[in-house]
Amino acid sequence: MNNWKLICPLEDIPQLGSRIVRPATGGDIAIFRTSDDEVFAMHDKCPHKGGPLSQGIVHGKRVTCPLHGWNIGLDDGHAVAPDVGSCTKFQVKVEAGQVYLSV
Amino acid sequence: MSKPRLVLIGNGMAGVRTVEELLKIKPDHYDITIFGAEPHPNYNRILLSPVLAGEMTVQEIVLNELDWYKENGIKLHTGKQIAKIDRVKRKVIAEDGTEEEYDRLLVATGSTPFMLPIPGNDLPGVIGYRDIKDTDEMIEAAKLHKHAVVIGGGLLGLEAANGLKLRGMDVTVVHIGPWLLERQLDEVAGKMLQKSLEDKGLKFLLQKQTEALIQGESGRVAAIRFKDGMQIPADLVVMAAGIRPNYALAESSGIYCNRGIVVNDTMQTYDPKVYAVGECVSHRGIAYGLVAPLFEQAKVAANHLAGYGIGRYTGSVTSTKLKVTGIDLFSAGNYMGGEGTEEIVLNDPYGGVYKKLVIKDNKLVGGVMYGDTADGPWYFQLLKDGRDIHDIRDQLIFGQSLVGDVGHAGKSKAADMPDSAEVCGCNGITKGVIVQAIKAKGLFTLDEVKKHTKAASSCGSCAGLVEQILASTIGGAYTPAASDKKPVCGCTDHSHKMVREAILDQHLTNKEAVFKALEWKTPNGCDKCRPAINYYLISTWPHEANDDPQSRFINERSHANIQKDGTYSVVPRMWGGLTTPNELRAIADAAEKYNVPTVKVTGGQRIDLLGVKKEDLPAMWADLNAAGMVSGHAYGKSIRTVKTCVGAEHCRFGTQLAMSMGVKLEKMLFDMYAPHKVKLAVSGCPRNCAEAGIKDVGIIGVDSGYEIYIAGNGGIKTEVAQFLCKVNSDEDVMEYSGAFLQLYRLEGWYLERTCHYLERVGMDYVKGKILEDEEGRKALYAALLDSLKDAKDPWATSREPEAIKQFIPIVPVAV
Ligand code: SRM
Ligand SMILES: Cc1cc2nc3c(=O)[nH]c(=O)nc-3n(C[C@H](O)[C@H](O)[C@H](O)COP(=O)(O)OP(=O)(O)OC[C@H]3O[C@@H](n4cnc5c(N)ncnc54)[C@H](O)[C@@H]3O)c2cc1C
Ligand code: SF4
Ligand code: FES
Repeated sequence: MNNWKLICPLEDIPQLGSRIVRPATGGDIAIFRTSDDEVFAMHDKCPHKGGPLSQGIVHGKRVTCPLHGWNIGLDDGHAVAPDVGSCTKFQVKVEAGQVYLSV
Repeated sequence: MSKPRLVLIGNGMAGVRTVEELLKIKPDHYDITIFGAEPHPNYNRILLSPVLAGEMTVQEIVLNELDWYKENGIKLHTGKQIAKIDRVKRKVIAEDGTEEEYDRLLVATGSTPFMLPIPGNDLPGVIGYRDIKDTDEMIEAAKLHKHAVVIGGGLLGLEAANGLKLRGMDVTVVHIGPWLLERQLDEVAGKMLQKSLEDKGLKFLLQKQTEALIQGESGRVAAIRFKDGMQIPADLVVMAAGIRPNYALAESSGIYCNRGIVVNDTMQTYDPKVYAVGECVSHRGIAYGLVAPLFEQAKVAANHLAGYGIGRYTGSVTSTKLKVTGIDLFSAGNYMGGEGTEEIVLNDPYGGVYKKLVIKDNKLVGGVMYGDTADGPWYFQLLKDGRDIHDIRDQLIFGQSLVGDVGHAGKSKAADMPDSAEVCGCNGITKGVIVQAIKAKGLFTLDEVKKHTKAASSCGSCAGLVEQILASTIGGAYTPAASDKKPVCGCTDHSHKMVREAILDQHLTNKEAVFKALEWKTPNGCDKCRPAINYYLISTWPHEANDDPQSRFINERSHANIQKDGTYSVVPRMWGGLTTPNELRAIADAAEKYNVPTVKVTGGQRIDLLGVKKEDLPAMWADLNAAGMVSGHAYGKSIRTVKTCVGAEHCRFGTQLAMSMGVKLEKMLFDMYAPHKVKLAVSGCPRNCAEAGIKDVGIIGVDSGYEIYIAGNGGIKTEVAQFLCKVNSDEDVMEYSGAFLQLYRLEGWYLERTCHYLERVGMDYVKGKILEDEEGRKALYAALLDSLKDAKDPWATSREPEAIKQFIPIVPVAV
């Protein structure tokens, strides 16, 4: 089943930054771009108290939640120890400079 | 290709810590093998005291479970003592014949209790106090026997005695000195300590020299006899009269030893393939017997074993704490005094408090506290920082709160707090939870406690209290680093000071250059170091270094304050707290148009619109801009407000035009970023209705001009601003205030408020720069004006095409 959706050119997501994707069905998704242009997506909701991860600082393959500083792994969606919890991940890909998300 | 082999002799605290540090910075570099004479994995030796006292179990003090060794691919031989090091064939041989070859060898054999050379010292029932076996033996003896004698009234001896007493034995401490801990305490304090311990049921025999231990019918020790002929029953004798470094093994292999394995500043022995750390080592003639310095050694050794070649161990100042529940004793540095030192002593035998501070050349070099150790960590920090204390000397002995640093950090005493008491108000963490985590997880630093419990990780006001709890739980194992040596974060070993210096000296203008020049351990830093580096870059090289939005906390990236539900708050600037009907109307219109749920007057004399959706921010700003308003920077590590009173403009007491002065200052400082937020106030007379006394810069009008106060704080650490000088004109107020703020901008460490900065550098230093050096002051002022010369309103610039993207959610498009 092909459920890929076109999101935006890669350039529209800042390196070490993110953008929010708002599907018609609701539930914001955060798309992150690392310093070497890897792209990851997950629910824009921190497993701690629902903070908007898209607003965090991205470093390596992690994002730090802006509310209370939990670190969430971008590749697995898991909170970094000692915190516990995880975040729903979505598939993303970059083709010909365009970002696609599977929702 | 096979990896080089690293062999560690001694599965104890220093050796395993070195391996941990090594794995952190260079995992998979070596094939690692560890030999330990004890049949246990690495455990927290210092917590043997609480185990003996029945407060913890052996299982709880294990630091590295067997799984840890497995997960890290480490071959572990427990219960195998190394008998020989063959340096020619580069191998070690255990007593049972096991052999292991090495490319690098790490010796961490610790030390052994010193057994007094007296007849009977080898009888059953005579032991030292060093490991789990000894502890078990004491616990067993307490079940079967009655009389225990501890030889040695030092920290270890007292902890042993306390534990045995709690186990129900009748305990006598024999001590050769005239009073307990005579090296740490003077006679008065020593007697106070003895009295408290006697109240707990311990007995003491002072100035007694032991002559012999006498065997009973069972073959076990039965009594102890002193030189003066006195004899008392003893079914258990614990020798706690000192320790001897374990260096015989190394020495027999020809490695140079002198009361310890001699190492250089890189922890290398005379054989470059052999490193040594821990109590078995003699570094610059000193063998340390506390954990904190050993951990510093471990870090250095790991760095060299990893082949990075950075870092030297140059020795440590140590502190200790008696771990007997209910008794507060803390000592640090050179508490004995000596040539060229002076002492300040506070002695209150009735209140049970004794404090002694040792001072040399206007610096604190040592101290002892008994009964009230709340200020221990603060003194220790002053000591490590080598801070010139002459300006606070007259108050020093009374502690931090009298010197000015109140706030909730200094108020309570950790030791007296019940386990249920809340320590961290932000995260609701109790003392019990912290103590539990320190013990169960083997935490040794404030950072580790922050990570594992979240205590002190939000506003940080309880950090002092957490440090006290750490100190009272793990004793001398806790040592804060000197402030200017503390690493910025886990991504580096460099301190804020070193990063600032490198940016200036090497003319670094972007974060990648900083990471490269300072060999950052992570590819792009973390949420702690990136904002700091970004600030250092733009403050050091204004107009040259580019601001990096992705290195800023969200508030500074979106120019609004993020709220707990992910919405934002908007605070328009009201210069000097002044507004107009027109502005108020525009604010009211915006509030309605964007469905703002809450409108509030802030503590900073302006209006807060709370609960705005991020995507509405640009349009709302456009409306407010149209009415002539700009960002209030209520979100930034930047200039916040200049609070004013009505001043001579209206007030019958006013001596100066406070509102006008305030507006001038606020306009001058618009868009100024700083290490932390900056707040000013101008009052028209000493009645001080604008509360200038708790601002980063406070101006008070007097008949003949203005008084300038600096480094006040009304937040976490309530601090009264200090008088800097008096000036006569508005221009001088701007010049002196501006120069001070620029000095802080250039020298402050990220997240250091002016009050912390001043505490670190001292008022004399600031006066030297601002008052005594006219040229320097003018240059600072000019540099400030220069860096702010093209300040723009962020609410306007963030609506430009590239910047506005972050505010617009993307709608996915089917393909
Ligand atoms: C809005 C306001 C409270 C109010 O409704 O009055 C406020 C709100 C916040 N303050 Fe404040 N402070 C406000 C005046 C103050 C004052 C009083 C003052 O400025 O006169 C103080 C004490 C004075 C001082 O700073 O010395 C104050 C000391 C703090 C502190 C402690 C700072 C410190 O160094 O000790 C923090 C925490 C921090 O900055 O790390 C803080 C942090 C915060 C934050 C930003 C918490 C955060 O990081 O999210 C709050 C944002 C709430 C939100 O969701 O929008 N706020 N805060 C005030 C805004 C003033 C303004 O117009 O800009
Ligand atoms: C009861 C007690 C309370 C203490 N309280 C505190 C305190 O509050 N604060 C503080 O800072 N310090 C305290 N200490 C001191 C602290 O525990 C030591 O400084 C620290 O453990 C030393 O670490 P190390 O690695 O050098 O030695 P150890 O931890 O002793 O490790 C050395 C290990 O090497 C093994 N070994 C020795 N020779 C060989 C060999 N030939 N082959 C194989 N293995 C060998 C030993 O069996 C031992 O396990 C306390 C010590 C004790 C005993
Ligand atoms: S506004 Fe200030 S005092 Fe109030 S809860 Fe937030 S940070 Fe605490
Ligand atoms: S909501 Fe993310 S850390 Fe609390």
